[in-house]
Amino acid sequence: MPTFVYMTRCDGCGECVDICPSDIMHIDKKLRRAYNIEPNMCWECYSCVKACPHHAIDVRGYADFAPLGHSVRVIRDEEKGTIAWRIKFRNGKKDMELLAPITTKPWGSATPDLAKVPAPSKEMRDSQLLFNEPKYIRMDDGGLHTLQSNGLEIKEGVQY
Amino acid sequence: MFAINPFASLSEVISPAMMQGYIVLMILLVMGGTILDMIHKKSAQYFFENAKKAKKSATRSVSGGEKTSIAASVLVKEVLTSGEFSNPRRRLSHLLTMWGTIIFIVTTAIMIFGYSTPEASTPALLPQLWHIGALMLAVGGYWFWFSIRVDVSAEGLPWFRFERADLFILSLLATATFALIWSFTGAGLTIFFALFILASTVLFGGVYWSKFAHMFFKPAAAYQKKITRADGSRENLPPDYDLTDPEVQRKFPDIPTYMGKNPPNMGLCIKAERAKHY
Repeated sequence: MPTFVYMTRCDGCGECVDICPSDIMHIDKKLRRAYNIEPNMCWECYSCVKACPHHAIDVRGYADFAPLGHSVRVIRDEEKGTIAWRIKFRNGKKDMELLAPITTKPWGSATPDLAKVPAPSKEMRDSQLLFNEPKYIRMDDGGLHTLQSNGLEIKEGVQY
Repeated sequence: MFAINPFASLSEVISPAMMQGYIVLMILLVMGGTILDMIHKKSAQYFFENAKKAKKSATRSVSGGEKTSIAASVLVKEVLTSGEFSNPRRRLSHLLTMWGTIIFIVTTAIMIFGYSTPEASTPALLPQLWHIGALMLAVGGYWFWFSIRVDVSAEGLPWFRFERADLFILSLLATATFALIWSFTGAGLTIFFALFILASTVLFGGVYWSKFAHMFFKPAAAYQKKITRADGSRENLPPDYDLTDPEVQRKFPDIPTYMGKNPPNMGLCIKAERAKHY
């Protein structure tokens, strides 16, 4: 679901232009308001949604779950570490609210300290496996991760 | 120099009636341009339709007293102190430009209507305020033009690239700059006076093509935004959840499962430092 800008809410501050990793948020030359110049290239990271101080950037919901006339509004709150959604259908009757964590540790506290990790040996460098790959796919000890081995079970429906 | 009324010396060559006529003409141009701008952009129509739509999804009604206090807070926070800007540099530059413009225009009108004859003894405060206003406008405006303007600060374009959308700030800057140069070079009928008049005519006459009219609809938009927060419609935004609230935790079990019963403040993240890639 690519993002788009409500021109009436945008004040042209340029925060979304600064943060967009795809460089597709730009300022309209005539109106001095931001817009997504290439929604097809939007990878939906919602960095611009988070950066916008006026909540002027919204999400264009896919037609299958939110047909024309809908509203999909989202707030990414970095201090709370959550993403909150509110989806209204065009008949105005269906009004869904969703809330999910986007981080469980304070920002910057889980940065891997790679300087302390032992340097890879020659065999590891020559191997086709990536850094830490054997550990995560458990080729060294035990089998692959499964729901069962992790104490999980499949639940019916979409879980929020 | 700062204490001399430039319009008093100008009145030796241009009659005060002509100067007053010019002021009245500029007021009419601003009014006409604003009305045309509103008709063309349909901003007032959009505003009322939007307000009606927001009212439909309101969860509570806002009392008259509450509306008054919201209007007062808009006046203090958004109108008088430019509180809608989240970037402090942008806010400071806007404050300098806005108050500089107001002081400059008001003192110009007072001096032209009250003290525009060579014999008139202008209170020293008026020309001092006129010069200070123009200087504030120039400082805030040039700061904005060279470093804060979004084309320069975020788009990485050179400062000399301009579009029609820059008509307002450029004519404002030209008005203040040429007014100051004209005053400092004796306030006579010089080329700087011609440039000052040309710039101010473009500023007030170009309202339809510039963003001059924002001063009228911005406060209305800020008021409407606060009303949507008060009546619960929140422009369809999700509620501001309290993550420690058991009701929220029951409705969204992922929160206590992954973040604990009492989630900590995660920190500023992207607000921790400003982007500085240009």
